[in-house]
Amino acid sequence: MSATRVQFLSPRTLRVLSPGRSALFLPGAGGSHRGGGVPGFRSLTSPPLSSSFSSPGRALSSLSTTRRGLPKIKMSDNGTMSRGKVLTIDSMNPTVKKVEYAVRGPIVQRAVELEKELSEGMKKPFAEVIKANIGDAQAMGQQPITFFRQVLALCSYPELLSDSTFPEDAKSRACRILNSCGGNSLGAYSASQGIGSIRQDVARFIERRDGGVPCNPDNIYLTTGASDGIVTMLKLLVCGEGATRTGVMISIPQYPLYSAALAELSAVQINYYLNEEKCWSLDISELQRALDEARLHCQPRALCIINPGNPTGQVQSRECIEEVIRFAAKERLFLMADEVYQDNVYAEGCQFHSFKKVLFEMGPEYSETVELASFHSTSKCYMGECGFRGGYMEIINMDDDVKDQLTKLFSVRLCSPVPGQALMDLVVNPPQPGEPSYDRFIKERTATLSALAEKARLTEQVLNTVEGIRCNPVQGAMYSFPRITLPEKAIQEAKKLGQQPDMFYCMKMLEETGICLVPGSGFGQREGTYHFRMTILPPTDKLKILLNNVKEFHQRFTQQYS
Amino acid sequence: MSVLKEISSNVRNIKQTECLVLFRRTNQIKEELRQGVKKPYREVIDVFWGDPHRAGLKPLSFVRQVLAACLYPQLMDGDKLMVDVKQRAQHLLRTCAGESVGSYSATAGIPQIVQSVSEYIVRRDGGVPCHPENIYISPGSQWALTNIFKVLVNSEASPRTGVLIPVPCHSTTIISLMTLGAVAVPYYLREEQSWALETEELQRALDSAKGVCNPVALYVINPGNPAGYVQSRKCIQEVIRFAAEKKLFLLADEVYQDCVHGKESEFVSYKRALGEIGAPLSDTVELASFHTVSKGLMGECGLRTGYVELVNLDPTVMKHIDNLFSTNSCPILGQFALDVMVNPPQPGAPSYPLYLKETQHIRALLAQNVRRVEEVINSFPGFSCQPLEGGAFAFPRVFLPPKAIERAKEAGLEPDTFYCMRLLEEAGVLFSPGSEYGQKEGTYHIRFCIMTPTDTMEEILKRLSVFHKQFMKEFS
Repeated sequence: MSATRVQFLSPRTLRVLSPGRSALFLPGAGGSHRGGGVPGFRSLTSPPLSSSFSSPGRALSSLSTTRRGLPKIKMSDNGTMSRGKVLTIDSMNPTVKKVEYAVRGPIVQRAVELEKELSEGMKKPFAEVIKANIGDAQAMGQQPITFFRQVLALCSYPELLSDSTFPEDAKSRACRILNSCGGNSLGAYSASQGIGSIRQDVARFIERRDGGVPCNPDNIYLTTGASDGIVTMLKLLVCGEGATRTGVMISIPQYPLYSAALAELSAVQINYYLNEEKCWSLDISELQRALDEARLHCQPRALCIINPGNPTGQVQSRECIEEVIRFAAKERLFLMADEVYQDNVYAEGCQFHSFKKVLFEMGPEYSETVELASFHSTSKCYMGECGFRGGYMEIINMDDDVKDQLTKLFSVRLCSPVPGQALMDLVVNPPQPGEPSYDRFIKERTATLSALAEKARLTEQVLNTVEGIRCNPVQGAMYSFPRITLPEKAIQEAKKLGQQPDMFYCMKMLEETGICLVPGSGFGQREGTYHFRMTILPPTDKLKILLNNVKEFHQRFTQQYS
Repeated sequence: MSVLKEISSNVRNIKQTECLVLFRRTNQIKEELRQGVKKPYREVIDVFWGDPHRAGLKPLSFVRQVLAACLYPQLMDGDKLMVDVKQRAQHLLRTCAGESVGSYSATAGIPQIVQSVSEYIVRRDGGVPCHPENIYISPGSQWALTNIFKVLVNSEASPRTGVLIPVPCHSTTIISLMTLGAVAVPYYLREEQSWALETEELQRALDSAKGVCNPVALYVINPGNPAGYVQSRKCIQEVIRFAAEKKLFLLADEVYQDCVHGKESEFVSYKRALGEIGAPLSDTVELASFHTVSKGLMGECGLRTGYVELVNLDPTVMKHIDNLFSTNSCPILGQFALDVMVNPPQPGAPSYPLYLKETQHIRALLAQNVRRVEEVINSFPGFSCQPLEGGAFAFPRVFLPPKAIERAKEAGLEPDTFYCMRLLEEAGVLFSPGSEYGQKEGTYHIRFCIMTPTDTMEEILKRLSVFHKQFMKEFS
């Protein structure tokens, strides 16, 4: 954890009195944006905002008006009465306004409302809301790995170390983790890069995974989920103005974290399209096209790849990865490899190849020059421990002084959650053959992964029986991303409502069936095509019912608008 | 040449901390001690951070028992845990999707816990209302603060956005501001008056920003960090009026609200003071206040959980804040700890006696440490320590001899970093230098965490005393 010397605005650099500070000030509130209103949003302010807030209990002042004996202090007559807000839709940082996160977008908000209505006894055409919108495995009933939870429980409350019901290997693992924590507690801050011994374990794991390609623990950063690493790397990459503004290449469809982060950083998003007809494969010619067009108006500096793919579920071949690396080398692009689904590979003939491994197998010409950051997390694979916010990032070929800058950026959030770091340690260093917990661990891991493989097949199979739905094989990850054919009338209807057609479709499906999906427009798609993303996570029997409901809904919908 | 040769100037411009030198040397010394190298001490005492567990305090049993039960629910079948621990764990697990700590939570945090937090705030603030929709739980309070900065700071604006920041101020906030391209406008706390915040100084700071940046927000830390002041109700009211008059968004860092030591001191939240002022200010002044599970008696820094309460924000802005928080969800374990923090065991509950004993123990040792630090430090020649009214740190001023300052310059270090380095080297105690936090020119300070076991504090004071005498002699 590093801190930084305080650097203030030095009084010496200040120019004296320049007129018109008020001119810099933000326009008063109550402007045009108010009227549009965000229904049901948080306010403590003036009642006229919206009728739903006119209840007297909501304004902070209402208390002091009702409370007896509290002296009311008069304001000086300086116009504070008519004071507008400092932070308004016009004055706020414009880049934040562009941030959208479809995975938790309006459709999810509606799903939460529906759940509430159901719990209040309101009648619906369905008994429960099924959230197939987010890769949240344990929310869907996936069981955690017993060993992981045992060790974490021991770390949390070390008095349990005397409990004979815990296996010895869980205890020794817990002691090892606690010994590496400040004050032997998960409650102490770690270094902002993460606990040293855990970074070493991660490095050894990567070496094993990549067939001996060396990994330096100094290049490992333990992060708050993978997203913390991704966003921080982007922050480091983005600079320049106008035509030199950093451009970042992302796949379409993409995981909306990338677009949200790029919007916030006001970086230029460069779209390259995956080839749906070829199982969402990545064509180098498409990368080249996207890059050449982007070079006209920005400075492309990074290329993001998600493998196995989210939302599209493809697994890249070794050849494809090699081509991507050559392309990045030729075009001098920083590579960002999002590999959080590395254990989620189901299709026969498919195998996960890490970018790191392929890079080093291509020889020093590449392995000593191409800059790469790869990301992993505890949230996916067979662990599905999203709630711990554990993850790591490995960086390759980054200059030392840039590394210092990276550490500085990470220091702002002090450190990643220590229980998540401990869990990451267990993931990269699971029970070994001969240890008491080994058999159970293997059994649980295999059960989870084979259930996922079965559900991936089932999903593809059932969806492809529906006329108007076409689904690529779910080779990996946790989602299907089928293409849907929507009748022209439905498209018109959606446009009338100002909605994306697939949003209209998903919203209707939610209202009628309780199934919560994310429309393809939240991930990006070729114009005129429509999709949805559905997780394959519900338990098999439930998934069958769900798929059948999707099928029936689609048929109903098609009929209704034909 | 590396693609990353060029990076954002906002990031590049932040100087790397001198403290890295201290950290590196600490690690070396620890390694040397492991290898049996002889030193005047057997171990390094690390009180650099506001990290009670690292400094030697024990976590609260109830918190950890609940977390263990949630992590491994099979524990609830046995008789290892008290019945109220099990009940709390069951209740908390039911608030999670799939009844698992391994699931994601909603954007603003687990709704039931957000509700508990809002009820806690109402109790704390003597009935001033609090709406759960205004609360966002995040991976640490600093994370929430960064999100609010993101909304306030227009990275493309010219002139740049300014935020008024106290001096001294802990450094993460300043790095956070600077990476966003904002200008930190300093206002100085008056050390001689127990680090008082004076409105005239706020005015001076605001004037100093004219023509340089556009100040939109005022950041306050109460109780203080690194300086251990606690603001009075009157002071807070003045700050609120100032913010109202000057159209500043108020940011109140109140993470040490449970650490108040001064007999005359009382923690009053900005929210409460604002509510008590009444209309129109209570309906207009925009306020973000921050709290965390990291500090206070719980001290669970490693769980990374805090929250922000937003007051009087424009609803259309809130929509975007919601989007911003939605891209990252908060660790579940920390949210559970937060639930315990705002809802600790009550009298009559099976876990209450132990909880009471542990919390009383921490309070007692803190009170003792405060007394000892004030007494001992103020007895040293060349040291002056303002009363420690609150927070987790002592931040005494040290008057360094000119020769020492000279030597520091030769070594290329700030004088107080030089002092800390020598202290580390010779006494095996890791403090942080005042230059890390900003200080009036020509003054020097050191900061150290006072949330330690009593004997650790005695050892620190003993080592400091021997070292300081030696140091002053050497450079007199």
